[in-house]
Amino acid sequence: MYREPRSHEFYLLAIFFTVFVLFLYGPLSAVLILSFQGPNGGLTFPLNGVSLRWFANLFETQAVGDFGGSFRRSAMLGMMVMLVTVIVSLLAGLAFRRKFIGATALFYLAVASLVVPSIIVSLGIGVLFNQLGLQPAWYSSGFGAHLTWTLPFGVLIMFAVFNRFSPAYEEAARDLGATSWQTFRHVVLPMIAPSLIGVGLFGFTLSYDEFARTLMTAGSFNTLPLEIYGMTTNVTTPVLYALGTVTTVFSFLVIAGTLGLIVHLNRRRAKS
Amino acid sequence: MATITSSETNGVERAGKSFRLPLAVISYLQAVPLTLILGFFLLLPILMIAVVSFWDYDFAQMYPDFLTMNYEETLGSWVTWKTYLNTLKYAFLVWAITLFIGFWVAYFLAFHIRTTSMQMVLFLICTVPFLTSNIIRMISWIPVLGRNGLINSALTGSGVISQPIEWLLYSDFAVVLAMVHLYTLFMVTPIFNTLMRIDKSLVEAARDAGATSWQVLTNVIMPLAKPGMAIGTIFVVTLVMADFSTVQVMSGGQSASVALMMKNQMSLLQYPAAAANAVVLLVLVLMMVAGILRIVDIRKEL
Repeated sequence: MYREPRSHEFYLLAIFFTVFVLFLYGPLSAVLILSFQGPNGGLTFPLNGVSLRWFANLFETQAVGDFGGSFRRSAMLGMMVMLVTVIVSLLAGLAFRRKFIGATALFYLAVASLVVPSIIVSLGIGVLFNQLGLQPAWYSSGFGAHLTWTLPFGVLIMFAVFNRFSPAYEEAARDLGATSWQTFRHVVLPMIAPSLIGVGLFGFTLSYDEFARTLMTAGSFNTLPLEIYGMTTNVTTPVLYALGTVTTVFSFLVIAGTLGLIVHLNRRRAKS
Repeated sequence: MATITSSETNGVERAGKSFRLPLAVISYLQAVPLTLILGFFLLLPILMIAVVSFWDYDFAQMYPDFLTMNYEETLGSWVTWKTYLNTLKYAFLVWAITLFIGFWVAYFLAFHIRTTSMQMVLFLICTVPFLTSNIIRMISWIPVLGRNGLINSALTGSGVISQPIEWLLYSDFAVVLAMVHLYTLFMVTPIFNTLMRIDKSLVEAARDAGATSWQVLTNVIMPLAKPGMAIGTIFVVTLVMADFSTVQVMSGGQSASVALMMKNQMSLLQYPAAAANAVVLLVLVLMMVAGILRIVDIRKEL
């Protein structure tokens, strides 16, 4: 196949793109490096020796509030949010395939959920629970607050997926005698599985990193981002960077695992 | 299939019919969970805020009432107006910069990368940092920009400057830089999505008609990219308008934003005052979004 030679524009934009990627990853790598700071090193370069001192520091309760507990809570909350986001977004996506009264209103409610400032959601849920006499907790009010952030993403993604989804496959399945449940289970679900996993990844990571919405809704126990946010004001040792490194590596593992799963599913589908 | 007798088939069908719900009802059932969750955790809390914004309060408690005091205090204060102006300034700067970066990155990916797999790999490289913690990404600028940070030590070490530059960190510059770092992907993704849907034959037709590549860009691609830019604008503007952590950490407490003002009121338990602020901010943000939505129909662009 004949290919046009690369233009000047390409090289110019390639440089621009490279600088952008460096801009994205550069500061993050500074944190990764500085988390291995020597025992007497400070918050900035140069490295004063290399040690695992600050990682060890993470597990001493006096240095960080409650790293283990807050990590467990955040991971648990992320899983709950992920599960509910996937199921509710899928159902809503299916609902939006047909016209029904109120569909437009519901769609714009989802959009509103995306644009309402997170601190307002946080304040509102906090005050609501207070007035209802309920005790806010990460698994009740915090859980709901996170859903207002992850659900619109899930719904919009499912909306886009079903916009591109040809009904021909379902018609074919129905012609072959499949019930609507069989059609969904064996035709629709395998085709949209990669997108659902993508929604799940969004649900988990958005919740795992969210803190503006948790501010007023977490109750008496902090989630990990709240713990980190608290540390930014009163911790002056590289233990902050060690915590950053650990959570970032965890995020990377989650992302890599999910992408691996999606690639695997696509391969298997391509084979069959 | 062939073993099923006709009577059995009829039986199944009849059973199915008595069991089958009308399609409209199924749609409603499928929409119920989303409606309930957003109703209880979004609509009801916002209504609650609107109600509470008229209440009275002291250092410990709120008292149901109907006062316009909270609004008078909020809107009558010079500090509030300055804070709003400052927030709008951040929103405008970050919007302009992310739009510039976002368009060129998306354009490069969509029109200059030739294979789909390479496009996806490069797009993922841009996406991954956005799935990690915002606070960590914000903090990561401190060792880079600080007084003894990477940039200052590099500049003083090479003799370009004799004194470290003070305004790199804890300044408006740092706030805008960190916000651009945090939010650019929200501009890249929708523009990339729109550009990928442009029919390549349009570009070829323009070229055949004698357009230079610059003319193709400004007369064909940019107008078609507008919906993506509009959606990206909604994301970036609402995120900046709602931001308090970046402003707090990166300005070192020297600048304020509306959300930061709200957060301070909340930590002083002045919920009705914060609620009045929330209502004003919400109206402003929704008006901005409504304005943008007049240009673009989100449902068509997904």
